[in-house]
Amino acid sequence: MQELLVISGKGGTGKTSIVAALAALAADKVLADCDVDAADLHLLLRPEVESVNEFYGSNKAVIDAGICTGCGRCLEVCRYEAIKELRVNPVFCEGCGACKLACPSGAITMEPNLAGYWYISDTPYGPLVHAQLGIAEDNSGKLVTLVRQEARRLAQENNASLIITDGPPGIGCPVISSLAGVTLALVVTEPTVAGRHDLERVLSLASHFKVPVAVCINKYDLAPEKTREIEAYCHDAAITIAGKIPFDADVARALVNAVPLTACSRGAAARAVRALWDSLQIHLERL
Amino acid sequence: MLVAVASGKGGTGKTTIAVNLALALAEKIPVQVLDCDVEEPNAHLFLQPVFQDEEPVTLPVPEVDNARCDGCGRCSEACAFHALAVAGGRVITFPEMCHGCGACISACPQGALAEKPHRIGVVARGRAGRIDFVQGKIDVGVPLAPPVIRAVKKQARGEGLTLLDAPPGTSCPVVAAVKDCNFCLLVTEPTPFGLNDLRLAVGMVRELGIPFAVVINRSTLGDLRVERYCRHEGIPVLLKIPFNKRYAATYAQGKCLVQEYPEWAPAFAGLWREIERLVAQHAGIAGN
Repeated sequence: MQELLVISGKGGTGKTSIVAALAALAADKVLADCDVDAADLHLLLRPEVESVNEFYGSNKAVIDAGICTGCGRCLEVCRYEAIKELRVNPVFCEGCGACKLACPSGAITMEPNLAGYWYISDTPYGPLVHAQLGIAEDNSGKLVTLVRQEARRLAQENNASLIITDGPPGIGCPVISSLAGVTLALVVTEPTVAGRHDLERVLSLASHFKVPVAVCINKYDLAPEKTREIEAYCHDAAITIAGKIPFDADVARALVNAVPLTACSRGAAARAVRALWDSLQIHLERL
Repeated sequence: MLVAVASGKGGTGKTTIAVNLALALAEKIPVQVLDCDVEEPNAHLFLQPVFQDEEPVTLPVPEVDNARCDGCGRCSEACAFHALAVAGGRVITFPEMCHGCGACISACPQGALAEKPHRIGVVARGRAGRIDFVQGKIDVGVPLAPPVIRAVKKQARGEGLTLLDAPPGTSCPVVAAVKDCNFCLLVTEPTPFGLNDLRLAVGMVRELGIPFAVVINRSTLGDLRVERYCRHEGIPVLLKIPFNKRYAATYAQGKCLVQEYPEWAPAFAGLWREIERLVAQHAGIAGN
């Protein structure tokens, strides 16, 4: 079984639109949305939720006012400014338990915290594992790991040969969790000064974890000169450019109508995604 | 005044709004820009600051004195982040897992643990013309953004306008950035993605109790659902920037809208007046 992860140094490069478009092309796969902080893939794939599951993140400290003597030791040891006036603000509590250790009267307990939900759904393009982290919750890396495990389990159950994963943006904790052990990371970038900068950061992250990469330049014709710079950069670093997608108003239209691009358009961008998919298949076969 | 520019998702134009607002105001009031998108700081690409100094951001991680340690394992029991383990009667530390909470230190009955600084990123300071510029950047492979964000925010001056470019999303790094701000601008785009993520971001700022308003970027590239949502929720939409291939090309080159198209400067000045008005209004309500 192979795992294709689609990431981008920053958000808004078109990752999710590309994943949905690939989902409509690939046969025999399981889909996963690991952008648990701002999951969007479901907006394009119209899932029918089959199971809803609770996700517990780190514990949170709770002070029993009946036992608390108000000594203030907890407040002194907390490094996250999570305790004010002898009450815990769960938004800032990291669940480290330092306050519990410090409390001389045993007034503090660490309680499990419902931090979000994860779902298994059926879509017209195959099963989808997705999640939603609660607002202002932490542990997105742990939730990403859970989504990936479930996607693997489903793929095995269904004899699917491929998992296509919509990854989180950035290079932080959730991206690190989504990279571990994937077959290929497709990095989507844009031909802008910022896009180029972010591309370099995310490529160095992938190389840090020894994950094979390929690049896709989205909206490449908006700044042809920057596209050439990115192409030259990838050429020098021996990184394959698996596809170049032009700016096409059909992409926004597909998004507004909540349909994968390749399921509703035969325009320039849709054709480019088909070519990208052909190239990715060849690339995956070699890995 | 501390104003955060945030967005439920990335790529909506947060940095564009932050740098253009900063440039439009810098002639009139003291302006400071804090780039708190520490995974991918981008504001410097547009403001081109001259960096003067840079300081590492460290977390206090445990170090074991093997002469004192008897391998009792209390430290690894106390650690919620699995940053310490005991194997063969010896403590092994995993600094990259450590959140620097200090629980292991207080749990150790032998006093065998001390804290030493472990680098996770940098804070760089500089100037871009009249703008005072600070950015944080986590080291590649480091999963912990909030401590670097907190280090950047310590540089806030408090006079005039301090603009904070927040990371995308609604989880812990964003909360670390937006917390304690006087106002939050939420940048979105008029698509189902934009609306979905705006809803989450609105939930976050409401939870933090911070007054906020919306800016719609690429306003001609989508539908009216975001505007309808804002009207329904009573959220002010302070500015709309249409999609324009020339603007996209300007951004691609790392250039700023108010410099290339000066007709946009009054719109950003107006945005600032509206923010001031809304902050005053919120303070009035909070005072009553």
